[in-house]
Amino acid sequence: MVSTTPRTPDISAVRSVPTTVKDSRGYTIFRVVNAVLLVLVCLVTLYPFVNLIAQAFSSQGYIVAGEVNLWPKGFNLTTFETVFGDERFWTGYRNTIIQTVLATGVAMVLTTTMAYALSKRHLKGRSFFIGLVVVTMFFNGGLIPNYLLITNLGLKNTIWAIVLPNAISAFNLLVMKSFFENFPQDLEEAASIDGLTTYGIFGRIVLPLSKAVVATMILFYAVSFWNAWFPAFLYLSDPGLQPVTLYLRNLLAGATGSGVEAGMETVQIGANIQAVAMLLTVLPIICFYPFIQKYFVSGVMLGSVKG
Amino acid sequence: MTQGTEAVRTAPAVVVDTTEDPPSGAGARRRRRETWASALRKDWRLYTFLVLPIAFLLLFRYVPMAGNVIAFRRFRPGGSIFGDEWVGFHYVEMFLNDPTFWRVFTNTVILGALTLVIVFPLPIVLALMLNELRSRRFKKAVQTISYLPHFMSIVIVAGFVYELTALNGTINQIITAVGGEEISFMQRADWFRSVYVGSEIWQVVGFGTILYLAALTTIDDQLYEASRIDGANRWQQIWHITLPGMRPTIVVLLILNIGTFLAVGFEKVLLLYNPLTYSTADVIATYLYRVGLTSGSFSYAAAIGLFEALIGLTLVLSANAISKRLVGASLW
Repeated sequence: MVSTTPRTPDISAVRSVPTTVKDSRGYTIFRVVNAVLLVLVCLVTLYPFVNLIAQAFSSQGYIVAGEVNLWPKGFNLTTFETVFGDERFWTGYRNTIIQTVLATGVAMVLTTTMAYALSKRHLKGRSFFIGLVVVTMFFNGGLIPNYLLITNLGLKNTIWAIVLPNAISAFNLLVMKSFFENFPQDLEEAASIDGLTTYGIFGRIVLPLSKAVVATMILFYAVSFWNAWFPAFLYLSDPGLQPVTLYLRNLLAGATGSGVEAGMETVQIGANIQAVAMLLTVLPIICFYPFIQKYFVSGVMLGSVKG
Repeated sequence: MTQGTEAVRTAPAVVVDTTEDPPSGAGARRRRRETWASALRKDWRLYTFLVLPIAFLLLFRYVPMAGNVIAFRRFRPGGSIFGDEWVGFHYVEMFLNDPTFWRVFTNTVILGALTLVIVFPLPIVLALMLNELRSRRFKKAVQTISYLPHFMSIVIVAGFVYELTALNGTINQIITAVGGEEISFMQRADWFRSVYVGSEIWQVVGFGTILYLAALTTIDDQLYEASRIDGANRWQQIWHITLPGMRPTIVVLLILNIGTFLAVGFEKVLLLYNPLTYSTADVIATYLYRVGLTSGSFSYAAAIGLFEALIGLTLVLSANAISKRLVGASLW
């Protein structure tokens, strides 16, 4: 450390690349330990997935004996056949897709239009409306009043109970608003001189040029709807409407005995069946993940600029 | 409503619309005193964009907020969602005298505190560790992998917890391999908190680094250059440059976390607990869920929910005020 002190500011220090000034021994050791720890972090993160895959391809006997960790034992595909043959699983999957698409669509229409209108600084009443949104970030009605509202509106056991109550996320809305605020004004002005109305400007100029942020928001919403289970648990008692996450939850509740009231037939579910159902549920997300990850990161950054 | 329009007027709106109003002094003055009638005439298309979203907000956000009045009113199933008759603080007194309420309150505070103390600092540490990596590819790989759990449904996370803590699961295999006794984690109240915090770490720490890493990119490289010339070593750089550079982000996230202190992962607890672990696992949210939706005491549950929400709001506001005073960083 002290040895680096007498260095005069030579050219290498001017380069913008972080110069590799001689590290102290302590720091070199730190860097090795650091790298090893980070590799460990990755292994711990990935292990549940590896274990899941191993269990999905193993036979129940080996899992019960506690012999399945990293690699399948008693390799077989019959569990997959069992799950594929279960009609409830496919119904759940279909419902998840329908609900995700519909809910994301509704949410995007409401969020983009509102964000665009609120991004116009001259709009009278703007800060009142923004306040209306911000309040919902810090205070919400709570479980019981929400439940009573949905029930009273007659939305129980309809897809709208899933789609409508979560249609606007205040966070997503504010991110979009700040994005639209930075949209080049002269483009919009030029379009309006060319005779486009607000609708035309929004639909033909602003949206097409905001593809990145729109994609990010679609992903935010889609992933949250894809993963949701609790609204369905509350409002959809009809098995024909339940999403796959709820199917999975019922498997877990049956297999672990925490849902004793759930009924006799679910009590003994094989760990391998559970593993296969879980694997098939996360599969789409894992497949898309490498491509969507960067959008998520940029979306969160956009949000953080807003603070 | 007038409150809102006050602030709008201060915004420089003149540049935006060139199409209307002759640029006379009279016109400019009129715009400054823009009435709702003229605003609606000029911007009616923009306002049509607001109609549905505002209707949504009022119906699905503000009606439930108002619906909290049933905490002070008797609710009759099938009756109005705002209740039938005033009962004053009857339900509030009821939960204040309910020993179960105080048990779940304590559980909530403990779980919240554990999360805040253990889970909150970890993304900062991980971000600092990532920041010390020189290989971009390695850094990228660690980031990609550690973000992954964030995208998993809470049901999947619960599934992983059951899978790993099962009697024949990996954790118990390790325990027996080193000569220990198998532990039925999910059936034991004394293990619930560890299981909860452990799964929380697995799920949120990686993705939690994003904002800190973003803050790190804004630190001026010249600061590092200058400190190096002054003879600072890496530790001193981390302590005197990197950490202070992250401070505003840390403070803001801390405020947000304090605000959600009592809203501990309700869904996760609901998926992981069972009557055997109620004594440590049952939290305010799960208790009010059972009281309200399983037993049907809506008013009682709403009173508990309102209490929780008000504490949350108070916590956010006070944390924000304190940090404004002490650190000069705040949410608004």
